[in-house]
Amino acid sequence: MMKSRYLGLYAVAAIIVVLPLLLPNSFYLDLVIRMGINAVIVLGLNLLIGFAGQISMGHAGFIGIGAFASAILPTHFGWHPLAALLAGAAAAGLLAAFVARPIFRLQGHYLAMATLGLGIIINIILRNEAKYTGGPDGMPVPAFTLFGMTVDSDRQWYWIVSAILVVSVWASINLMNSPFGRALRALHGSEVAAQVVGVNVIRYKVTIFVMSAVFASIMGSITAHYVGFVSPALADFGHSIELITMVVVGGMASVFGSLVGAVLLTALPQALATFEGWETVAFGVILIVCMIFMPRGLVPTLAARFGGKRQ
Amino acid sequence: MFAQFLQFLFSGLTIGATYALAALGFSIIYNASNVINFAQGEFIMLGGMLAVYFTNSGLPMPLALALAVLLPALAGLLMARLTIEPIKGAETVTLIIVTIGASLVIRGLIQVWLGKGSHGLPAFSGEKPIRLFGATLMPQSLWVLGVSALLVLVLWYFFNRTIAGKAMLATSFNRVAAELVGINSGWVLFMSFALSAGIGALGGILVTPITLTSFDAGIMFGLKGFVAAVVGGLGNGLGAVVGGLLVGVIEAFGAGYLSSAYKDAIPFVLILFILFFMPRGLFGVKVTDRV
Repeated sequence: MMKSRYLGLYAVAAIIVVLPLLLPNSFYLDLVIRMGINAVIVLGLNLLIGFAGQISMGHAGFIGIGAFASAILPTHFGWHPLAALLAGAAAAGLLAAFVARPIFRLQGHYLAMATLGLGIIINIILRNEAKYTGGPDGMPVPAFTLFGMTVDSDRQWYWIVSAILVVSVWASINLMNSPFGRALRALHGSEVAAQVVGVNVIRYKVTIFVMSAVFASIMGSITAHYVGFVSPALADFGHSIELITMVVVGGMASVFGSLVGAVLLTALPQALATFEGWETVAFGVILIVCMIFMPRGLVPTLAARFGGKRQ
Repeated sequence: MFAQFLQFLFSGLTIGATYALAALGFSIIYNASNVINFAQGEFIMLGGMLAVYFTNSGLPMPLALALAVLLPALAGLLMARLTIEPIKGAETVTLIIVTIGASLVIRGLIQVWLGKGSHGLPAFSGEKPIRLFGATLMPQSLWVLGVSALLVLVLWYFFNRTIAGKAMLATSFNRVAAELVGINSGWVLFMSFALSAGIGALGGILVTPITLTSFDAGIMFGLKGFVAAVVGGLGNGLGAVVGGLLVGVIEAFGAGYLSSAYKDAIPFVLILFILFFMPRGLFGVKVTDRV
């Protein structure tokens, strides 16, 4: 167990190193970068949904906070992009912490309602404050600079996103095997039972919610700089649903499931691009079929079938 | 001053009636199966879109409207059979995700079939506004309010005075006990989806002459209906109606007096406040967790 813990991580690192040699053109490089960005967000969301069993239906709102912090602060106030990224992450974290306490006394449907409401409010603010956000059309984002160097090529972004991804995977694996992770799984199993053995249920739920919000905000900033443009669509309900789909299809409570879910569902719209409109139907069918036949998601189901001993 | 107040009240009650019907749909399904049906908004959209399609294809109005209620009810039945029944008793997260899947399928199919445009219906009895204390009331608003009120009465009668309705209520109180006295809980599940879908579709048809409709109109209607259901306390029929009207009226006043740009945000701000301070909704009862 101790030895095999990082096997998957090594595999991910190996794929990341080899992948640039295999990609035929910049279209695929762009696709892979967006897969990587989604993978990190989904990792964070999976900590919340899969491990702690708490649903967030407004996670795109936090992505929006990060993305627009990185667009607005450098453009309108002359902030350094890195400072803007950190400010966005701090804002998302604080907002999450502020609303989390009352929200996490709620369960199930009420939690879904509260997070959904939060996401929609953020999205509407971004749409309406056109003076700063550019309104529904969005706004351009200045280039990211690090130690005086401007990050502007896809290759550079590839390595930055890859590095973040590897660190996130490493951190997630360790987190899940720590007392913190065991406490989260305990409260997913039975909140009352977890409480009885001394788990401070609310504090754990708040912490994991704040962490996943910060993950989402940072990746929102990265997306903003990478694409060079932000629009409120980043923060809309549909995007939150897309992220939940990635968690669910890949596998709830599975670190590598998160990666698989992000990769598959980022590629899917490209594959379906020629069938205008059917994309939505396909997403829906995949969600339903997955939940009925593989309620634990692709990776855990396959791992169980092929005799893997991993939980 | 008073005229303006009255004007906002009228438009709030009209749109609130639609939210109330949506909230009733949420509550009926929640009672029968413990599922929050995120596809409820799509049935509202289906009602409006199908009514537009059938009237445009030359069917007489009554037939077109009847079809626009019956087909969504059938879609609700199908949804229950294909997506909810196979995973009965699954976790909340799983159930929520399945209904979101169903909503994407319905919305996507309508987008492919009828396109992305916005459509309206002619008002049922003319466009001549009625003057009342200086405010104007569109005849269509009376249709919305009248039919909704009638529907609420019919539902009350159904759930309290008929065997079928009582069977559904019994199942919501205690499924196992209901099954023991011979109630078919599978039938109750199907009925609840068909009924909720039909009610939602009717609301969608009534409001289309006022708000127009399009393939994605169901998202906001559904979410606000959910807000209304939670405001009233999930599963509480009377609460759903009051919650719907309240959400509609507060939204209208907020849009009128505060900011029309933030109209759509108002129900969600409201629900966050209610959840923070009254986590079980206005009329909800306290429940205890069982281990």
